[in-house]
Parts: sequence; structure tokens; C-alpha cells
Amino acid sequence: MSERLAPTISPESEPFWAATRERRLVLQWCTTCDEPVQFPRSFCPRCQHSSLEWRDASGSATVHAVTVNHRPEAMGEEQPYVVALVDLDEGARFMTNIVGCAPEDVRIGMEVRITWEALEDGRNLPLFTPVSGPVAHPKEA
Amino acid sequence: MTETLRGAAAIVGVADAASPTGELDRFGRDLETQMVFEALEDAGLSLADVDGLCHSQSAMGFAEYLGIHPCFTDSTNTGGSSFEVHAEHAAAAITAGLADVVVSVYAATPRSDRKRRRPMNRFGPNGPSPGAEWEWPYRLRMPIGPYALAASRHMHEFGTTSEQLAEIAVSTRKWAALNPCARFRNPITVEDVLSSPLQCSPLHLLDCCLVTDGAGAFVMTSAARAKTLRKPPAYVLGAATCHDHMMISQMPDLTTTPGAVSGPAAFRTAGVKPDDVDVLMGYDSFTITALLHLEDLGFCAKGEGGAFVENGRTAPGGQLPMNTNGGGLSYTHPGMYGMFLIVEAVRQLRGECGDRQVHGADVAVAHGSGMVLSCMSTIVLGTETTL
Repeated sequence: MSERLAPTISPESEPFWAATRERRLVLQWCTTCDEPVQFPRSFCPRCQHSSLEWRDASGSATVHAVTVNHRPEAMGEEQPYVVALVDLDEGARFMTNIVGCAPEDVRIGMEVRITWEALEDGRNLPLFTPVSGPVAHPKEA
Repeated sequence: MTETLRGAAAIVGVADAASPTGELDRFGRDLETQMVFEALEDAGLSLADVDGLCHSQSAMGFAEYLGIHPCFTDSTNTGGSSFEVHAEHAAAAITAGLADVVVSVYAATPRSDRKRRRPMNRFGPNGPSPGAEWEWPYRLRMPIGPYALAASRHMHEFGTTSEQLAEIAVSTRKWAALNPCARFRNPITVEDVLSSPLQCSPLHLLDCCLVTDGAGAFVMTSAARAKTLRKPPAYVLGAATCHDHMMISQMPDLTTTPGAVSGPAAFRTAGVKPDDVDVLMGYDSFTITALLHLEDLGFCAKGEGGAFVENGRTAPGGQLPMNTNGGGLSYTHPGMYGMFLIVEAVRQLRGECGDRQVHGADVAVAHGSGMVLSCMSTIVLGTETTL
């Protein structure tokens, strides 16, 4: 794998990235709506209040959409890999890579859990892996 | 011309922030947001009333931050006069009924940025990019990746198949065969599309638009003057725009684009229904893009696009001539293809299209798609008989 592009840090999301140093997943919540705000902002785009706080998240999620890059060299990679949108149980949607299984085994609706990849600056990047572990490769008829 | 700018629009709320120290505590999007709320409060309006947004760097990015889905958008940057230009454009838009409440905003904190050692010029010309924080590290291939995610979701929710997406590429190639300027004119089959290399699943190479050189232009004038000129006018019957995200991870629904807002709005203004459309020029960056347009513009119900395009429905001789120049899939695609949609729509209405002419074409739609299914803009054009 080539070096990842390190994620930038916006003023609003500093607590998110600080927590990743301890491999903790936190979410910004609107205490008025009692819903997470992703991506983090200075106000809640649903209700426009600024009653925001950070809460620990479960790290459990479901695959919402998925693609396998079959031209990895176009992105400086050697092997096909998975990019997915996952919905955390708390309701926030994240883009991520699904790792720890064959790329073709990832399915929409699959339950995944967080795993971390170390970044050079001490932060960790949230990735996801199937809850059930590596699945037997389904033989296509 | 019955409407003029004179007296048709007014500024109803204002806000500013400055300090004797020359410094402000807040900065960036937070400060911009504060200004928007204060100006709206001054007007007695709320964010929910805002349907037009002007920002000299990034109306789309700031709208995403605000969580609003504007139908009028303007990121014009003319330097210090940007906001006068925004006022001019906003007045024109309001006069024309394109928007009701337009906000323009500005914030910069160079003094405290320097003092607090915030990186100067920390944003590119398009403003802060949440994508660099939340998406780019995951190596989603651009521009295909977001469309592949949308296609995966459409297949999951509605049972749409790769064969159905391929039908769009096949039909579009048939149009290209009739266009001597098209990049690719040889016939292809569904099997050809499915056996072309997978790029980002579920999209194959032949689901993707070309990369070509290309250029175009159009000229617009008043209806009165248009009648005095050389060519039959293509009248603007309706026009509407909407954007609802910048990052694909923020798209409210991966299977419904903001064309579901812009399309019906433009059709309403034009007084036409999908059945009245003789030629649809629907931006085909990928086969899934064109399929989503068919649903969102109301040519078929949501989820039924796959069945709709079967049996050459959009091919020459089909019920709905779509992308008659051969589209971004087979004619040309230099990167921002929307210009070619308008050019072909006008030529069809003039009857200038030779072998690919749609006979009796009176209503043509140019439906542009920007970024990653982010910003849709629908232009309904008609011949004189439609007036």
C-alpha cells in the first residue's frame, strides 16, 4: 500500500481526531435533536442550535453502499480494495475502507465493526471489518 | 421582456462583524455561519427560508456545511466586487423567479490567523474541503467512485442490473453511429459492456464516459431580438437548479439526485410534462447517471429506470430519444460536458442534426449534472410553436 493521504483537521472536528490517538471513536451530537452531527460543525444543520457535545460511539455499523476498485493502480495501489459508505448504529454515515476480508465478499447490509490504522502523526484512521470475520468466498454459479 | 430588475428585489437583512482590536474570536465556516444567522435574524427569516446561496469561493461547500439545498447558487469570484456581483445575480434570479431568499456571505480573519499561527491560505480556491478530511484518505477513485456507490445502492434497493445499465451505453452508441463527429461509432452489445473491464464495481469501462478534447459556446438574447436573427430561436421555456451535497457521503439519498427538484421545477415553469419532451439530453458521465435522470425528471417512477431503458427505448427509433449526439459515453467528454447538452438540444430544435435528427422536435431538455451527482440544472428549450 502506498502512503495514505492523511486526513486534514478542521477546527470543528479536532476532538474527533484527538480521540483517534487513543483509538476511540467519538461523534459530535446535537443535544437538542439528540442526533449525531456528521461531519462536525459549529451548529446543528437540522435545528440550527449550537448545543453540541462529543460522545463515545459504539463502532458498530452497517454497509450502506460499496464499490471495489478493480483498477487499483489508478490510485497507486497494487490490489483491488473496498470503498464503502457505512452507517454507524448511532446514525452517522462515514466513508471508509472495509478490510480483513476478500473485497468481493463485502455486501450492502453487512454488519461491520471499527478497526484502526495508524497514521504517521499519531492519529488513527477509522476503518471497518466484517463482524463475522472472513467469510467463505461464495462460489458464483 | 415584461420583467426588469428595477424594483423587483430588495435587501432585507444585514450583519457584519469587526472589532477595535482588529481581531475576531471566531473564524472560518463558524464565522460565516454566524453572519448568515445574524443577517437572517435581522430580516426576521430563518435558514429554512433560504433557497439561494452566494459565496465567493464555495457556495456548494458552504451549503453542505449549512445543510441547505439551494435552487440558486453563485460562486462568482471577482475579487473585492464579488458581493456586488452576487447582489446583481441574486436580483436577476429573484426577478426571474429562480429563487425567493438569497444570502451572500463573507468572512476572513488574516490578522488573527497570523497571530494564532493558523496556516495561511489553508484553503484552496474552492474553500475548505471536508472531503480532504472525511473521504480522500479512503482512495475512492474519482470521478467514478461516487457513481459506483450510487449504482451499488440502486441495484440493492431496486434490483437494477448491470445488463440494464449496459442498455444505456448500447443505445447511446447507436446515436453516436449517426454522428460523424463522434469519438466511437462502432456498434456495441450488452455483452460487450459487461465484458469490458470492471473499473469500480459495479461499473465497467463501457459504463464510463470518454476522455476527449472538446469545446462549445452558446449565445442568449431577448426573445424579441432573437426573432430578428438568422437561425430559428430555441426559447428558454423553463430553468431550475438544485444542489444537496458536495461529498458523496453527504448525499441525502444515493438513489435520488437533486434533479428530482430541478427537473419538476423547470418543467412546471415551462408548462411541459415528460411526455411532451421530444429530445432528452441527460448528462451521461456514467450509465447510472443517465438512469437516475430518467427517474428524477419523471420519465419513469423511482426504481424503474432499469426496466425503462430496456429494448432500446432511448435509442434511435425508440420512444424517448436521449443523448442524440452520442453523449458523453460515445460522442465527447472533455470533463465538463454540460455545454454539449445545450448545443445538441438547440440543433435538434432547429432541425440541423442530419441522420440523427428527431423529426418534429419541438421540446428539448438539457439536464446537466455537476460534481458527484451534487448539482443538477435543468433547461427546457422549445421552438416557436411551443410559445
